[in-house]
Amino acid sequence: MMKLSLGPILWFWSKQTVFDFYAKAAEWPVDTIYLGEAVCSRRRELKPDDWFDLARDLKACGKEVVISTQTLIESEADLRRLRRICDQNEFLVEANDQSAVQVASRHHIPFISGPSMNIYNVATLKVLAKQGLKGWNLPVELGKETLEQLINGLKQEGLELPAEVFAWGFLPLAWSSRCFTARHYNLPKDNCEFRCLQHPDGMELRSRESRELFRLNGISTLSGSRYDLTRELPEMERMGVNTVRLSPEHQGMEEVVKRFDQVRRGEVPATDPLHLVEAPPCNGYWYGKPGMDLIR
Amino acid sequence: MELVCPAGSLPALKTAVDNGADAVYFGFRDSTNARQFAGLNFNDKRAAEGIEYAHSKGSRVFCAINTYPQPEGWEQWKRAVDRAAGLGVDAIILADMGLLDYAASRYPNIPRHLSVQGSATSYEALSFYKDNFDIRRAVLPRVLSLDQVRGVAKHSPVELEVFAFGSLCIMAEGRCYLSSYLTDESPNTRGACSPAKAVRWHETPEGLESRLNDVLIDRYGQGESAGYPTLCKGRFEVEGSVYHAIEEPVSLNTLDLLPDLQALGISAVKIEGRQRSPAYIADVARTWRQALDNLERTPGMFTVENDWRNTLSGLSEGGLTTLGAYHRKWK
Repeated sequence: MMKLSLGPILWFWSKQTVFDFYAKAAEWPVDTIYLGEAVCSRRRELKPDDWFDLARDLKACGKEVVISTQTLIESEADLRRLRRICDQNEFLVEANDQSAVQVASRHHIPFISGPSMNIYNVATLKVLAKQGLKGWNLPVELGKETLEQLINGLKQEGLELPAEVFAWGFLPLAWSSRCFTARHYNLPKDNCEFRCLQHPDGMELRSRESRELFRLNGISTLSGSRYDLTRELPEMERMGVNTVRLSPEHQGMEEVVKRFDQVRRGEVPATDPLHLVEAPPCNGYWYGKPGMDLIR
Repeated sequence: MELVCPAGSLPALKTAVDNGADAVYFGFRDSTNARQFAGLNFNDKRAAEGIEYAHSKGSRVFCAINTYPQPEGWEQWKRAVDRAAGLGVDAIILADMGLLDYAASRYPNIPRHLSVQGSATSYEALSFYKDNFDIRRAVLPRVLSLDQVRGVAKHSPVELEVFAFGSLCIMAEGRCYLSSYLTDESPNTRGACSPAKAVRWHETPEGLESRLNDVLIDRYGQGESAGYPTLCKGRFEVEGSVYHAIEEPVSLNTLDLLPDLQALGISAVKIEGRQRSPAYIADVARTWRQALDNLERTPGMFTVENDWRNTLSGLSEGGLTTLGAYHRKWK
């Protein structure tokens, strides 16, 4: 049976909200939990040691835990945090850029590549396997055809590298040195007053015709529609996908996890509506179309 | 510091060389490079002519193969590396780890430059590329501030090239999927951002509208000058206000920073714009050549001359330039 994972929380939530979320997640039918700050260096409600304590608790509850690293590494302070995450031997690390690959491999820490690592071909997977890659996420803009070719290519090479697919949530699409939340409030990034805390699911960016385009989330930009590959699970299982990633949201997550758990067990999910943040669904990337499209 | 100029066509290449480029960079006429525009770029014959011309004038030529091949395209991209090697280019600009690995093992003697699309923003990332593919040089993403460039430069295991002038990407290059979210093409997959095939213009009672795959990117009132609908430079609505929520349409111009960049030991400054006309390239290359020569001649006394500034702002998007992320306040 395919595994279910909870990706790192991409939003900025208070320490208590994060603890409450994972206290509940410990009981959910997810196999793997990614922990840590993957977006902004200024988000420090939890210190590295808080994350490690949380990781140990979740491990004790039977979860596989992976510590995520920041996606855009820009400063010496970013590198210090990265080294701190790799200076341990209890947990796998999610490498979200080449800085993390370099530091993890130097510390001989096995790692999983996150969706922002540019893995578009088998030769790239071979390079990373030599550095300690133990699993990989498909970049969000790639679809099932490429995924199948990659999985088959790995088989031909005799490489055992489990594939993970971002299957539910707002897609992380871009990272900048500019903070769009601070920009909205006319605040400098270095003195942002941590406004992201007021937006636990980001800020909607719409066209002037009120079409949901993106979600602004600090320095990152996410999709305005929610990627949903629920119905593709049987296809993924057939292709040999190892893990299906669900991206945390602050409401309704338990129902989402339960629904995916049912589907992976071949059961028909209940049709009662989920209580989610309102956003249209999309699945275009999976079919090689514009990501925002919904193919029915 | 070296001046590296774009060449989207043979006339542009010759113009860049004639106006003082130390090196020019080009791509093949397909999606193996990050400026896939109709009618632009080189076939092998034109490339050979260009290389011969540049070499005869003492300029070097780099070939950009800086998009990300998927399994279906792997042979084509590999062949592009073979073609570049066969043509005798002075360096290949690459982003994809698999392709870097191929180039390093197959053509160890042809220098490899890490493209900005490789998205290396720290010296640890640069060390990764140096250790694994023995790159000689890396082009830094435009998201770093001058202080951050300083930090990277201090520990960099390779030569550094930074963007000096042209369009400004405000997202970390190589990891921006906004274009493929709205259209079916991105810089990584097809070498295109906000591709022209998806652009439509409509004159409406409310004003001139620019659309990308039917999504309204901007609407211009009377007297407002309209720009290409690059999706991150449109006006959108966030919590009730309509504004350039991501970025204004401005260009990058780092003339003022030249002495700083030199002091940091930056090896080369890069001009963006293979999609630009030879006339544009001539003005930009000439101006930067003068500035760099001036910097060499009068160390410690460098000042930006007014006519350089005027020339460059006349060539900039919306007539506006910015230091981009190099300038901390920009954030």
